[in-house]
This record gives sequence, structure tokens and C-alpha cells, in this order.
Amino acid sequence: MTRPGTRTETMPGAASAGGQPMEGQDPPRDLKAEEARLRKVWNTPGGWRYWTSVNNSEIGLWYGATAFIFMLFAGLLALVVRAQLAVPQNDLISADLFNQAFTLHGTVMMFLFAVPIFEAVAIFLLPPMLGARELPFPRLSAFGFWSFAIGGVFVCGSIFFKAAPNAGWFMYAPLATDKDYAGIGADVWLLGLSFIEVASIAAAVELIVGIMKCRAPGMRINMMPLFAWYLLIVAGMILFAFPPLIAGDILFEMERMFDWPFFDAARGGDPLLWQHLFWIFGHPEVYIIFLPAIALMAMIVPTFSQRPIVGYSWIVLAAVGTGFLSFGLWVHHMFATGLPQISLAFFSAASTAVAIPTGVQIFVFMATMLAGRVIFSVPMLFGTGGVAIFIIGGLTGVMVALAPFDWQAHDTYFIVAHLHYVLIGGMLFPVVAGIYYYFPLVDGKALSDRLGKIAFWLMFTGFNVAFFPMHLTGLRGMPRRVFTYPADIGWDWLNLISTIGAFVFAAGVGVVVIDILRPKKRQPDVKPNLWNAGTLEWLAEPKESWGVRSIPIISSRYPLWDQPDLAEGIKQGRYYLPDAKEGLRETLVTSVLDAKPIQVLRVGGTSMVTIAAAILLGGVFIAMTFHLWTLTILFGLGTLIAILYWLWTGTGAIPEAKEKDVGLGLSLPIYVSGPASVGWWAMFITMVGDGTAYGSLLFGYFFYWTIHDDFTAGLAGPGLVWPLAGSALFLASWVLMLMARQANERDRTSLTRMLLSASMLATLIGALAAFLGPHRYGMDPTVHVYPAIVWVLVGWLMVHAAAGLIMQGFCLARSFAGRMSAAYDMDIRNVTLFWHFLTVTALTTLPVIALFPLAR
Amino acid sequence: MRSFIPREIETLWTLFTAPVVWAFHFVVCYVVMAIACAKGSGSIEGLMGLRLFLGGFTLFCLLLIVGSAYLAWRQWGFGTDTPPHDAPTRQERQLFQGFATLLLSGLSFISVVFVALPLLFIPACMP
Repeated sequence: MTRPGTRTETMPGAASAGGQPMEGQDPPRDLKAEEARLRKVWNTPGGWRYWTSVNNSEIGLWYGATAFIFMLFAGLLALVVRAQLAVPQNDLISADLFNQAFTLHGTVMMFLFAVPIFEAVAIFLLPPMLGARELPFPRLSAFGFWSFAIGGVFVCGSIFFKAAPNAGWFMYAPLATDKDYAGIGADVWLLGLSFIEVASIAAAVELIVGIMKCRAPGMRINMMPLFAWYLLIVAGMILFAFPPLIAGDILFEMERMFDWPFFDAARGGDPLLWQHLFWIFGHPEVYIIFLPAIALMAMIVPTFSQRPIVGYSWIVLAAVGTGFLSFGLWVHHMFATGLPQISLAFFSAASTAVAIPTGVQIFVFMATMLAGRVIFSVPMLFGTGGVAIFIIGGLTGVMVALAPFDWQAHDTYFIVAHLHYVLIGGMLFPVVAGIYYYFPLVDGKALSDRLGKIAFWLMFTGFNVAFFPMHLTGLRGMPRRVFTYPADIGWDWLNLISTIGAFVFAAGVGVVVIDILRPKKRQPDVKPNLWNAGTLEWLAEPKESWGVRSIPIISSRYPLWDQPDLAEGIKQGRYYLPDAKEGLRETLVTSVLDAKPIQVLRVGGTSMVTIAAAILLGGVFIAMTFHLWTLTILFGLGTLIAILYWLWTGTGAIPEAKEKDVGLGLSLPIYVSGPASVGWWAMFITMVGDGTAYGSLLFGYFFYWTIHDDFTAGLAGPGLVWPLAGSALFLASWVLMLMARQANERDRTSLTRMLLSASMLATLIGALAAFLGPHRYGMDPTVHVYPAIVWVLVGWLMVHAAAGLIMQGFCLARSFAGRMSAAYDMDIRNVTLFWHFLTVTALTTLPVIALFPLAR
Repeated sequence: MRSFIPREIETLWTLFTAPVVWAFHFVVCYVVMAIACAKGSGSIEGLMGLRLFLGGFTLFCLLLIVGSAYLAWRQWGFGTDTPPHDAPTRQERQLFQGFATLLLSGLSFISVVFVALPLLFIPACMP
């Protein structure tokens, strides 16, 4: 994602993008030795060390399996819920356990299954699909997986100690801030999920950079598999959707732990702010879940129609359009909160507009099927069945997008029916289709056709029997989340039918599980590219871990259909990077628009540090849940040390040569920094997400201004002097940082060190000044929401300043270790990029808290 | 006239122009009305001026989208070539970008009109 298209030279070594692979080469190559070296470099360790692997195929598989297990757990909780509701006045479980069961069901399905399963599929599939050896940051993927697994077990485990969250999956205040009702479960929810959100943002960084910069040479932007297009958009959405929830979590946890009254109306807070922040996340989340599933469909439908997709550009339109419009829908979850009707109407309008791109995708699939000759295999059954269910959910969605109808249906079983039609049809069915479709890539065995068909019909029938009646129960007035109901108001037989359907549906899921788990030792391996698909991932060799034997040159959207010699050429190492002479894991970086090779990227290999960092960070969140502050600090320090060790040993290595011959007569640089490098983009993308979280907090500040006549409640502000002095100091630290970077460019080492130190000093004093403002004026964050929101903004700034200081210290250490110079300046350039964001944060926070109370 | 129309540039970002305009329009409409309803009287007379202002703003945004659509149309070679634009050449890649951008401009145009409709029909805040 360097400024795309600035490179216009033709691809060296290849006459065109469809260039000829190398034929005779001298000296003659020893293919066996090459393969042995590659195998050694990409080897997955055995024994317990297997778990230290960072290879995308292992991480993807673990990620997927873990998410799937969480799904089964949440499914069992749903069966408990349905069993309780089967008959009126049932006393199978207590009201409290019921509350925990449905809260955990929703939470686990959304956060521990629906989002992670797509990250899993993406990590597993993207490298082979794009013709890359690996994604650019394999250790980051591993770190994300371990964070997710630890956080997930923590959240799920809570129900066995009767400590599960019980306030519904969207945790509305004031119910969830009430410590008598929502005990430690709410903290488990907030902290456990914050941890998992970190994993999602890590995945977003990985996916965006991977899709933009690690495609096989020749795979121009108009030839990218549609799956990659969807995932690119979804990863971008994560960057803007998850941070508001992180901001909300911070406010919420500050209220629960330290009594800062963000959502307490008695002290100027407002529960509606939580609803805004939650749903700014929560609605895009639905599309973050839906788009990757439909992306699987965009791979499956062309294969089983045996023709290219009809309307490739229209799919891109739909993906991008949905991605944007989905951010204009959040208030449709809040139609019943008494917001002005004109506000509701904007969201109502956007909610109906989003039906356009959604419809386009479905018509594209239909057109592709009509234009080809459809083979109705198990993946197609699940796919089309899912779409049919999804359409019904979409239509009820248009109904509830209309505010007057929503007022009738709000918080009834009609909504429960609607959301399950959308999510199960739009997500679960396509995911099962994907499992049946891609299973041969896992270990070369196929799932059973017969069991698949049985599973489909059980699931399809069971689903409709379970959820269709809920529309009616809802219209008959049954509210969601009640643990029982009286017999004589016409809800009983509908509920009984729903329960029967739920168990039939579960039986279908059970058949899928049996099909996956049954031993397949005696079953013969399937032939490669079983379904005669056209895309690259079908060349993957499940028994090898090098990803792709050599990195090919692509000249078609469906290379396996249109480039007949491709598979043979790849296998014989006739393309790029057929060897690993230096014993390092390598993949190619290519340009954004035209996928011209620009760099050999060395990626991290097997390591313990990712697991260690994830466990320690998990320790921080878990210790915090139980208010064990000393332990929290110790774990925090441990995490910091682990990450610094990781960065010091695993990044910015100075290569043995400037360039490397990658084959086909092409030499590429090994060390790249600045906007051309993947690391710079990772920092940029992370900071965009971070900036969004900050923007959400700032939104909170102005939100409180709008709801009160005097939002300061007559309390003292942070004054003028300290915040403005702080602004000046942060500005100075930024200028000094830019000067340090420039000095480094001219290789003036001691000047660089001096400027870096001076910038550190300015940052330190600036952060201190920011602190002194609210401190000197005695702003007490527990008294009223005004001091609390000022403190949160200042705290955010200080935490970022502290992170910045550590980064600057890291640069200094690199310099003293002789690892930073004009030629090797990755660290200082990335830190400068961080500084741009830090400066914007400081120069908005401090002037706003100083001046806005005067200006309003 | 030539000086008014930007030169063709090589970047992925232009794909997002029209949806960004939509997002901007949406946020401005929502924020202006939210503040007016929270801080002002919310009466029909009180909102008239703002509705007219936002109506004008809507026209401005629609013009921006039409501009982006024109640039996309140009990038698409004024429609002289038809999709699927799947050949492995720089030119086809540009045509694809142009066509996809044009489609997105269309969707954004419709969506801006959708979002502006409440301004036409709802005269007051009506909490």
C-alpha cells in the first residue's frame, strides 16, 4: 500500500505479467536440494513445540477449530435456553442462570465465533490464494490467536463459577453498571472481550497489508480473487468499528472499577452514550460477519457453475458500498430511545439504502449460476440454502428499519427471529459450505457427501421450524430475554415448536461435527483441486508447509483455468523464490495496483515469544478483573518486556546484502523502510484504529456538552496555562522528532541521539503539564461526568506519550547498538509516524479541554 | 476548462471518493440536526433555516459525487470498452478501476438522496 502506482517500470525478468517461467538455467539446479532447504526453513516443529509454530496454515487451523468449539459451546447454551422456554412456567433453570446463558450465548457467538472464524479462514486461505508464502506478520497472527484463545476460555469459563455476564450481549447501562445485579460477570465481559478486540485489530493489520502488498506478481487489482476484495473491506471496517467499542469499554470499566460516572444520570452521565458507542461498533459488526461469509460464496459459486463470476466489478461495488453504508445504521438499534424523529429518519433511510448493495451480490450469484451449469454439491446446498434464509432475514430487516414498525417489534421475539435469519443464513450456512468446500486443503481428505446432505436438510428444516414461529411469537408480544411466561396468552405452542426445531437444527450441526471428527485414515486422499476450481489456493499442498513451491506470475482471475502450465511450473520451482539459501523464511512484496515485485520480505519464524506475550497480556486483563493491582502491574511489565524482546530480536534485522536474486533474473532489495515497507503500513493502520478510539472518546466529551445546559456543572476546568503549555511542548517534541529523523537521514549519529533525547524530554514534560491541568484545579472524576471525561482524555494522551517514550528509547538503544543509520532507518521512520498521530491527539485534546468550556 | 479537471492519477484511493462524500454528508446531516434538536427549540420555524442549509449542502455533495463519477467515467474510457476488464494489462486494470468507481458513485448518489429525504418530509425534531 505504498502510494500505489508510483512505480511504472515493467516487471524485470518477465516480458509481460504473463511472462515465461525460466527454462534452462545455468548452473543446473538441484531441485531436491532446493526442496530440502525450503522444507527445513518452513518446517513445523514436532512434539510440544508444535504449538510454537507461527505458520499460517497451523494458526488458521487452530484459530478455526477454537472458534468452532466456542460455537458448539454457545450452541449448547442456546439449547438450554430453548429447553427452559419449551413450556410455560418452566422451572428447569433459575432466572439468573437463564440470564447468564443467553448473555453468554450471544456474546460467544458474536465475539468468539463469528468474527474469529473469518480471521481463521482468512489466515488459512489468503496466502495460498494470493500466491504468497506467508502473510507479512506471521508472529502477529500467532499472537492474535493466543490472545483470542486465552480471552475466550476466560469468558466462557466464567459460567461454571456462576460468574458469567448476565446483562445481555450488549451490556446496557445502567443494568450492567449496577454492581448488585451484574457482578463480576460484567467485568469478565468487558475485559475478556477488550483482549479479544486487540486480536481482531491485529488481524485487520495483517490482512490489509497482506492483501495490498503480498499478492503474487501480476495479480493486478482487477485480478484479485473476490475473497480478497471482501476481506480487504472487512479489515478496513474492523479498524473503524472495533475502536469505538474499546473506547466504550474503557469508560464502562472506569465506571465499574473507580466510580467515574459516565453512564450515571444522577451525576451528569448518560446511558445513551454507551448505546451509541456499542452500536457504532455493533452494526458494522453484522456486516463484518456477513461479508466474509458471502466472500466464501463468491469463491464457491463460480467453481460449481464452472465459469468466471458474472459482474466482478459489481461485487466490488457491493463490498465497498456495504462497508461504508453499514456505518450509517447504528441508531436503528436505538429507535425506541426517544431520539428526535428526524435523527431516526436519517438512519432509517440509510438502513433501507444498504439493501441495494446487498441485493446486488445476490443477483450476481444468481446470474453466475444461470450463465453456467450448476453442480449441486454439498457446498452449494449450504450456500444457496443460506442465501435463501438470509433473504428472509433481510426482508424483515427492511421492515424493522422503518421506525414505526420497529416501535412495535422492538425487543420482541420478532427481532430474535430477524437476527437469527440474518446471521445463520448470512454467516453460519456459508461457513459450513466453506468447510465442506475447503476441507481437502486441511489434510487432503474430503468430507462425506452423504453426511453433508443429511446435515444440510436437518439444519435447514430445523432452523426454519425453530425460528420462523418466533416472528409470530414476537408479533403476539413476547419480549425477548424473559426466562418464562404464562400459559394462557398464546405463546406456548409456538415456543414448543421453536424448541423442537432448535434440537433438530442442533442434530444437523452434530452430523457436521461427526463428519469432521470421524477418522479418515483409511479414506483415500482426494485428487488435487477436487472441484476443478480456478483459483490459486487449490494448488496448496496440505503435506508441505512452505505454502507455495515457487511464487508464480499470474495473468488471469482464474489462473488454474486459464494458465495451463502454471501448476507444473510452480511445482518445479520455475518461478520466484524457489530456494531458501540463507535459511530464512521469505515472501515477495509487490506493488498495490499492478503487483510488480518490489521487495523480498523476511518474515518471522517459529517462536515462543508470541505465546509468552499473549499469556502475559492475558494475565493483565484477568488480574484486573479481580482487582489484583500488584499482579496487574507485574503482568504489564512482563508484557512490555516480552514485546520489546520480540521487536528487538524479530524486526529490523540488517540483511547480509542489499539485494537478493529471487529468480527469473530479478534482484530485489531486502531491507525497505518508510511508506514502501510493510512495517510502516502496519503502524499507520494500527494508528488509524487507535485514532478512531480516541475520536470516540472525544465524541463523548461533546456528547455531554449537547445533553446539558452547562456540561461543566459549574465545576472547575483544567485551566488555560497547563494545557496550553502542554500543547506547546508536544508540538516541540514533534518538531524535534522530525529533526532527529532528518539528522539520521544524513547519518549524523550523535546529533540524532541528541535530538531524540531532547524530544523525549519535551514529551515527558508535556505529559506532566497535561496531567497538572486537571490535577492542580482539583478535578475529582467521581463527582461529576465533566471532570471524569476530561481525565479520560488526559489519561489517554499520557498513555500514548508513555508508549511514545518507550519507542524513542527503543530507537536510542538501536542507535547505540549500531543498528540504526541512514540506510537502516525503519525504526525511526515508524516512530515518527507514530509521532504524527500523537501530536494530533495532543493538539486536539489539550486545546479542547482548555478552550472549549470558555468558547461554548 | 482543462485546468479545472484534475489529471488522472494512479491510486487505489479514488475508488472511495464517492462513498466518503456520502459518509461526510451523513455525518453532517446527523450532527447538525442532533445539536439543533438538543440545544435549540426544535420547532418548525427553528429548523427551517437548517433544513434549507442542509438541502443546499446535499446539492453540493451530489455535485461532488457527479464530479467523481465524471472522473471515473473518464478513467473507464468513457465507456468505449465493456467489462469484465480481466486482462493482465495496466490499461484493463485502469478500466476496471474506472468502472468500479463509477458504480460506487451511482450507489453513493442514490444513498445521499435517501438520507436527505427526511429533511424534506420531517419539519421538526419531534422527540
